[in-house]
Amino acid sequence: MDIVNEILEKEQRKTEKYKPITVEKHLELEIDVGTLLASDTNDLDLKSLRSESERDLCLQSLARDNTQLLLNKIWELPTERIDEAIVVRLPTPKTVLPRSKPVPKPKPLTKWQEFAKAKGITKTKKDKLQWDEQLQKWVPLYGFKRTAAEKQKDWLIEVPQHVDPLTDMYEKKSSEKSEKVAKNELQRLKNIARAKKVKIPRVGLPVTSDKASATQLSTAAVLAKASTASLGKFQDKLPKEKEARGKGIHELIPGKERKRRAPIPTPQVEKENNLSLIDRILNKRPKIDMDKAVSKHINEEQIQRSEEKKSMKPPKGKRKAGAQTNFSAKKPKAGKGQRNPGKKTPGRKRR
Amino acid sequence: MKVLSEDRTRKLFEKLTKYIGVNVKLLIDRPDGTYCFREKKDRVYYISERLLQLAQTVKPDHLVSAGTCFGKFTKTNKFRLHITALTYIAPYAPFKIWVKSSAEQQFLYGHHVIKSGLGRITENTPKYQGVVINTMSDIPIGFGVVSRSTTECRHADPLATIAFHQADIGEYIRSEDTLV
Repeated sequence: MDIVNEILEKEQRKTEKYKPITVEKHLELEIDVGTLLASDTNDLDLKSLRSESERDLCLQSLARDNTQLLLNKIWELPTERIDEAIVVRLPTPKTVLPRSKPVPKPKPLTKWQEFAKAKGITKTKKDKLQWDEQLQKWVPLYGFKRTAAEKQKDWLIEVPQHVDPLTDMYEKKSSEKSEKVAKNELQRLKNIARAKKVKIPRVGLPVTSDKASATQLSTAAVLAKASTASLGKFQDKLPKEKEARGKGIHELIPGKERKRRAPIPTPQVEKENNLSLIDRILNKRPKIDMDKAVSKHINEEQIQRSEEKKSMKPPKGKRKAGAQTNFSAKKPKAGKGQRNPGKKTPGRKRR
Repeated sequence: MKVLSEDRTRKLFEKLTKYIGVNVKLLIDRPDGTYCFREKKDRVYYISERLLQLAQTVKPDHLVSAGTCFGKFTKTNKFRLHITALTYIAPYAPFKIWVKSSAEQQFLYGHHVIKSGLGRITENTPKYQGVVINTMSDIPIGFGVVSRSTTECRHADPLATIAFHQADIGEYIRSEDTLV
């Protein structure tokens, strides 16, 4: 009897360590087992929360109680055993979680989608296999064994009448296909740009960095010039402005129609054209050589003036002897024995 | 072989007029047949009509040149006269320069003609006139542009340039791969 009592006491002491499973609450908790959420709406014991000593204990007991209730609910569900672990399948959650991100805006329709909506075109579902009359078998429209079937059909491609007989029809076919693919890609990118409201220029590549390159600016200038009522025909051009070059810009340059290759003139016509052109050039050259004329005129004036001077010297009258000092008279050089006896000027006074 | 455009033919004739003057007409209508100018890859060729017809039988990709190359149009559409045109320009040039034997080599190496190398010069040469340069034995060795008129030449000092070098027959060796 003592042993039994001892064991019972032991067990009791053990269980006393742990708090009881059942918890008493004034209000029932709202437990959503699916999200493992337990909402406790009971009033809080404010006095013990505010006091410094009892706060921790109070909060701990509160947490333990609520968790116990939640776990009780979990244990009520049917359990399974998978690989030595007891597992419970949670039911679907009842609480609706709010959105973490805002509601997505509806995407703007692409050009085709708008057109289809306007026209009322709906997509018709196509099967993968299609009956081909020529081959008399079911041919896939895409994917595995499509190209093999195509090759079987195109073992020969005729060159039509109106086309140059030396064209490679296979190459032409593949190049057309690649062009279509490129066009489709371009349209897809344009749709994206339209949706994102990114501005793309009509001709040329869009500006990536903050500054546009010189070619982009000239293209933009040409476009701006052509955007008038008369398509830029009467817009002035800067004196040294060069025309923009590049694909697709040629049509936009105002007034520049496609230069049709001039027909090769016959030899006689060409000869006449050349001769008339030469005549025009020769006529444009000045007939009077300006420099020569000017220098000739100056020369004539100078001759005239010198003649006038010569003719003016005698009518000036007799000169007073000795009144004018002759500054060009030189002291007769000694030692050379070349005295000039005929000289009338008195000469330097000898000291 | 393309026909020259209006603009290009005008430029070509203007250049030729600078060297030959009025005699450009003689290049076009000659007694031995009509000659014309054609262009291939910016180079201008002077060929007779008959030869042109024969040249057109060859595939255009396989044809390198036909006739005489007179010069070429540069990237900025200016016409540059080459030495290969000398045989057609030399007989028609109204203004010539004769160079002394000592200065011949200098000119043939591409230098300009200086006063000390000048032998003779035609009378009344205007300034900046295009001239044909001959040796004292009347063999044309190239062409150039005079930097002084005849009267100015007389008063120039011996080391002054008389004529700027434009083309000389030494180029046949120096730049044979660019002449065509």
